[in-house]
Amino acid sequence: MLRLDVTKQLGEFTLEAAFESEGRVTGLFGASGAGKTSLVNMIAGLLRPDRGTISIDGEILDDTAKGIHVPAWRRRIGYVFQDARLFPHLNVRQNLDYGRRMNGLPDDAEQKKRVTDLLDIGHLLDRRPGKLSGGERQRVALGRALLAKPRLLLLDEPLGALDEGRRAEILPYLVRLRDEARIPMVYVSHDAAEMRQLATQIVLLQRGRVSSFGGVKVLS
Amino acid sequence: MFDITPTEWTAVLLSIRVATVATLVATPLGIALAFLLARRDFWGKSLLDALVHLPLVLPPVVTGYLLLLAFGRRGLFGAFLADHLGIVFAFRWTGAALACGVMSFPLLVRPIRLSIEAVDRKLEQAAETLGARPWLVFFNVTLPLALPGVLAGMVLGFAKAIGEFGATITFVSNIPGETQTISSAIYSLIQTPDGDTAALRLVIVSIVIAVAALIGAEVFARRATARLHGN
Repeated sequence: MLRLDVTKQLGEFTLEAAFESEGRVTGLFGASGAGKTSLVNMIAGLLRPDRGTISIDGEILDDTAKGIHVPAWRRRIGYVFQDARLFPHLNVRQNLDYGRRMNGLPDDAEQKKRVTDLLDIGHLLDRRPGKLSGGERQRVALGRALLAKPRLLLLDEPLGALDEGRRAEILPYLVRLRDEARIPMVYVSHDAAEMRQLATQIVLLQRGRVSSFGGVKVLS
Repeated sequence: MFDITPTEWTAVLLSIRVATVATLVATPLGIALAFLLARRDFWGKSLLDALVHLPLVLPPVVTGYLLLLAFGRRGLFGAFLADHLGIVFAFRWTGAALACGVMSFPLLVRPIRLSIEAVDRKLEQAAETLGARPWLVFFNVTLPLALPGVLAGMVLGFAKAIGEFGATITFVSNIPGETQTISSAIYSLIQTPDGDTAALRLVIVSIVIAVAALIGAEVFARRATARLHGN
């Protein structure tokens, strides 16, 4: 369970959000500039809240009152960015393996095969990110996050940088991921159709505040 | 004309040794400093930045003399290093390497700093979310991506070190076989009657070394850049 109650001043903009979600896929929905990415960065540990608490399954990751801030690299929270952010100097295989190596996990050939099959990236392993299409890059980024065996997966508009055709290419993978990977996800988007397909719970964010919370019905 | 005498060879080899040692010792320090200047905010940062650039704007003689005061036998650090660690800089080739290292440091640091500043911090964040602690992020992501700049800095530093004259001759004098580099050998030859041909030979040698270093750097930098862009 993800539990969050934070305040953060970002220039003129105040982000003040609180919610609790037990859904398999928590959809963070709102217009651009509503504070979605900042909120996700706080969950990842890349941004420190000015005030408040963040916890997953009872484990406190941030508690400003107690001075707790678990650094991002110790959180075991996967993050798929809108712009993939694959390491350009490593090939796909090395990119995929990075999280496992950094977390000191044993080599798990079976899981590797499962993830590369799920995302259809087995034929790309020896390529560099520079030689991949936008859709392929995003699939590799998904695989890289998954193979670090995170306890929560954050997806910040993973389809945002792709054109319509590419979106349609990736969306089925995300659905399969939700149904097969058994990792809770926070999915950020401003696209209602995407949300309806993927999310099981919706947090509606408006100008830095949570304006509604509930099932997919919230969107209509 | 092209018979290089043993004395001249000694000067050439010494120059190469001095510049190589200076560059190899200065590079890790330069990388650390470049990282601090590029990525951290701390008290006295502008002062440190100015201090690094000082050898670039001071007359080399002044830098050499300051080195003599600090690292001479009776100098502030020189006495300590000689008594406790047995390291002597004064009138040794190691002193020439120190002088060359100090003089070339600003040229070494600058391209490294610029290339670290150019590394996309979003990639560093991505590494963090994958479980990489800060020093691993640096060695796995920042440094490899800044490699072309590191190579450029090393070549510039090496080129400057091999040509350094003023600070070196002030600090460690001009002793053949110990501190006489190509530059100081050329200087001595010009002052000797009939030294012109020999001076010219060394001039040609130094041009060859400089051009070779530049070509080498270009090749390395191209390869490194190609690697980074995944081609």
